[in-house]
Formats: sequence, structure tokens, C-alpha cells
Amino acid sequence: MSNFNKNYPKTKMIVPPSNTLIPERDADKLPVLDVRNLGIDFGGLKAVDNFTLTIGKTEIAGLIGPNGAGKTTVFNLLTNVYKPTRGAILLDGEPTAGKEPYEINKMGIARTFQNIRLFNEMTVIDNVKVGLGGSVKENLFDALFHTPRYRKNEKMLNEKAYELLGIFGMEDIAKLKAGNLPYGAQRRLEILRALATKPKILLLDEPAAGMNPSETAELMENIRRIRDTFNIAIMLIEHDMNLVMGICEGIAVLNFGQIIAKGTPDDIKNNETVIEAYLGRKENKKNA
Amino acid sequence: MRKCVYVGFIVKNILTIIFRKVTQVTNLIVTLIQGISLGSIYALIALGYTMVYGIAKMLNFAHGDIIMVGAYLIYTSVALAHCSPILGILISVASCALLGIVIEFLAYRLLRRASSLSVLITAIGVSYFLQNIALLVFGSEPKSIPVLFNIPAIQIGNSITITGETMLTLGLTVIIMTALTIFINKTKLGKAMRAVSEDKDAAMLMGINVNRTISITFAIGSIMAAFASLCYGISYTYIKPTTGSMPGIKAFTAAVFGGIGSIPGAMLGGILLGVIEKLSMAYISTQFTDAIVFGVLILVLIIKPTGLLGKQIREKV
Repeated sequence: MSNFNKNYPKTKMIVPPSNTLIPERDADKLPVLDVRNLGIDFGGLKAVDNFTLTIGKTEIAGLIGPNGAGKTTVFNLLTNVYKPTRGAILLDGEPTAGKEPYEINKMGIARTFQNIRLFNEMTVIDNVKVGLGGSVKENLFDALFHTPRYRKNEKMLNEKAYELLGIFGMEDIAKLKAGNLPYGAQRRLEILRALATKPKILLLDEPAAGMNPSETAELMENIRRIRDTFNIAIMLIEHDMNLVMGICEGIAVLNFGQIIAKGTPDDIKNNETVIEAYLGRKENKKNA
Repeated sequence: MRKCVYVGFIVKNILTIIFRKVTQVTNLIVTLIQGISLGSIYALIALGYTMVYGIAKMLNFAHGDIIMVGAYLIYTSVALAHCSPILGILISVASCALLGIVIEFLAYRLLRRASSLSVLITAIGVSYFLQNIALLVFGSEPKSIPVLFNIPAIQIGNSITITGETMLTLGLTVIIMTALTIFINKTKLGKAMRAVSEDKDAAMLMGINVNRTISITFAIGSIMAAFASLCYGISYTYIKPTTGSMPGIKAFTAAVFGGIGSIPGAMLGGILLGVIEKLSMAYISTQFTDAIVFGVLILVLIIKPTGLLGKQIREKV
């Protein structure tokens, strides 16, 4: 476990005036995500309540909690798939209230899904190109007659797509159908598709689910590499404590829709409430 | 010895039948060409059904009536307003595209999350609405579409004649289908459409405007219905408010036959349906044509429930 962190000194975390925790290196920049008192009710049930969290511009943040705590609901709220009942979300200082999910994506939030949701009938490269879609303009006339503009666009799209596939060395499987890829490759492709939309913050919903320890170790390296290459923030939901404690700089623990603890991995590891709610039941985790 | 005589007798009979058929081969070719031509119209309509089904996951039963509206628009602009045929066609195509977008916006958009049964009933409602509007405006008397183009027929040998209408229909269908295939596979919007058809929510979170994509799908489907109405109009000349129903249902059948949701399936299904219809008309019975057509459909669906080119839906475990 510890050797994964060898090259990465522990980030020093600070508490900015707003009384939230972000990495020191991001202190002078606007937080990429500033969530205040977010909440949603499903019928009479407060699925998420009083969710307040700040994420620094280049922070790797973790959201953990027992099953059913509301973690994925938080992701759905952040992307406006669910409309929040209460509270506000500021993305890079801009409120996201009332925006459609596709507009939220264009503003800079991209995500992956707990159960992989690739476009299975499309090729690997087309999946990435769907993500890149926002960056080009073209029309039927161009496509029918292969005008210079079309060829230029296609060339640019192809270059960008291959560049992204290169991150995970997936260039040689670019023409395969996404649905036919092995599980691990599908997870990686989902991350690339999300990255293609040029996010400011990438939300990963259980990226290590179903992975073996060596794949998880590789994933951790990759998450760091993505953060360092693209200079973006990453927020992840994960049950794998090795991964969360290994790469997350700030962690929020959710239980019954409420944040019960926030802090650095060390804070969380030693937090009594958390241990009781979550880590204390570590033996059962495998059934999750 | 006796067996040999029997076999010889059967062979002789078969040869006689084949010989007769060979003399009728020109008839067969003519029938096939007519079938392909009729099938192209079905295919054009079926494409609209299948695209809307693939992307919005709904059966737009008002689709057949768009053909009727398109035909009336050609009639109005050419026969009543004396526009040139080309202008009339352009008006019809543009108005149908707009009509498709408006129908989707007013009738179906609010039902995006409703059960598919509610949407289906709404679609039937829209269908009757359009028919009754046409009944109010144009009356129940059949109207005749004027001759739009004078294309000379082609004579091959001395017994095969291909009419100008048939050639126009075939040519138009080939062009439209090629353009559509390129559009779906090569353009950004086509990719967005495929993405939406596979997973609306994932597409939405990848920055695709799902509502706009669905609007465009309805527009494209309706444009194809307008072209179908043109082909239908020049071949059958008479139109009335219920003109769209039967081709609509046949084209829906064609879409299911080929595998609903599949674009090559709609093309194949449409053309096969037209050919089967014309063949059974020529060689079996005119009266039982529809029964035979639908019988073939039932047979295909029993053997391959997803249609000819339909994909097996994988159940998530």
C-alpha cells in the first residue's frame, strides 16, 4: 500500500476563510466546486441534506460512505440530473442552478458511472469523439462532399481522440466496438470519454469496482497522472479504502445523506464517528 | 424400372413448368422492379419510424399522416397556387420537417418520462388530429396530384418497360439513403444521435443536447416522409385524408420486419415488403396480398423475433 505513495509527499491541507478544506497549492485560486447546503428530498425522505463541500482546483477528493448513504445521489445533484431541493452549487464561481445536464457538462463537470454506460454499439474512438463533439462545427454538406473543412475537422478530431486514447495505450483497439472490450478497458474508456469533454472537475463513480489489486494500483497511478496532465480536480466515490486513503487529499464521509466527517485521510482514519459508521464494518465490505 | 418412369415424369413436369416460367421471366423482372419501387417508398417511410423509435424509443403512429400532409402540400402549392413542381416539393419538405418538430415539441416532449403506452396513445391521437384537419381543410373528396415531371419510360428489349415514376422513386431513394447513411455514420450530429439512441442519460452528461437531437430526428424522419409522399403522389396520383394510413402501417410493418431501430433493417424490410407484395399480387392473389404480406411478417417474427437485422437485446444481469 505505502509504496504507491512513495513519490507523492502528503499534501498539506489548509482551511481557507470559508471554513472548508482544500489543498494549500490551490489556496489562492477559486475552488472548482463550492457546494453549499445542498439537499434533495425524495417524497418525505431527505436523501441528501446539508451537503457542504469545497474542492480545490487540482484536488483529488474522495466521497465515501456505506451503501445507500447517498453518494451517487450527490453526483446526480452536482450534474443536475436531479434538481436540488435546497442549496447552491458554484462551479468555478458560477452557479449551476437551473442548467440542463448537457450545459453542466459544457460548464466543466464530466462523470463516469457506477455501472459502466458506454455507447456499446459504437467504436472505441467514436465514444471518445462523442465526448469531443462540442469542440467542432460541421454539417451534412461537408460530410457528403468531404470538403476541406470536413477533412480538417476530422483530422483534428482524430488526432485529439488518439491523443486521449494514448493516455491508457488504447490506440490499437480504437476501431473495436466498445461493448466488446474487457471490463477494465471499458472503465478506462469511460474515463477517457469523460475527459474528452474538457472538464474542470471529473467525477468518478466507483472507478475501481470489480478491479483486482494490481489493476487498482494502476488506476491510482492513472488518476494522479490525469490530474497532473490536465490540471483538473477529481472527485471519486469508492469503496476500496486502499485507493481512497492512497490518493485522496480531502475526504468527505456521507452517512444517511449527511456529511458526518471531512478531512485528510489521516483525520478520517482516526475519526470515531466514521469508524463506527463505516470503517467499523470493514469485514462486511466485500459483500457490498 | 417403374420408379425411373415416375422420376422421368416428374422431371419432365418440372422442366415444363420451368420452361413456362422462363417465358414469363420478363414478367417477373417487371414485377420485381415494381416491387422494388413500391418497396423504396415503404423503406423511406420505415426509416422515419425506425429512427424515431431508435432515438426517442417511441412508436410515432402519426408518421404515416405526415405523408398525407406532405402530399396535400404538394397538391396545394402546385395545383392550387401554381408553383413550379420543384418549389412545391421544397415547400412540402420544409413544412413537413417543421411539422415533425412541432408535433414532437407539443405532443411528445412533455411525455418523455411517461410510460410508453401514454406516448403511443398520444401518437394515435395526433394521427387522428392530422387526418381530421385535412378532412376539414380539403374535404373527403380525393384530390388529384398534377403531373409533376415528364420523365420518359425506358424500354428494355421489347417487353420490359420501366416507367419514369419508377426510375424517379428508385433514384431518389438511393440518394436519400446514401445521404442518411453518411449522415448517421460520419457527422458529429449522427454520432450524437447514435449516442442518444444507446443511452440518453449518458449522452446528456457527455454534453449532448438530447432534446435538440430528438427534434432533429423528427425533422429528418418527416423530411423522408415528405419525399415518400412525393413518390407516392407521382405513382398513385390520388390523395385523401386517410392516404397516409395504409402506407404508414405497411412501413411500420417493414420497420419491424427489418428489425425496428435498425436503419439498414428498415431499408431491407421496406424493399422486401414491396417485392413480396407485388409478387403475391402477380402470382398468387390480388385479394390476399395483404394477408400474405402480414403472414410473412408473422413467420419472420416467429423465427427471428428481433426482425431480420434487429439486435438481440441483452438483459442486464
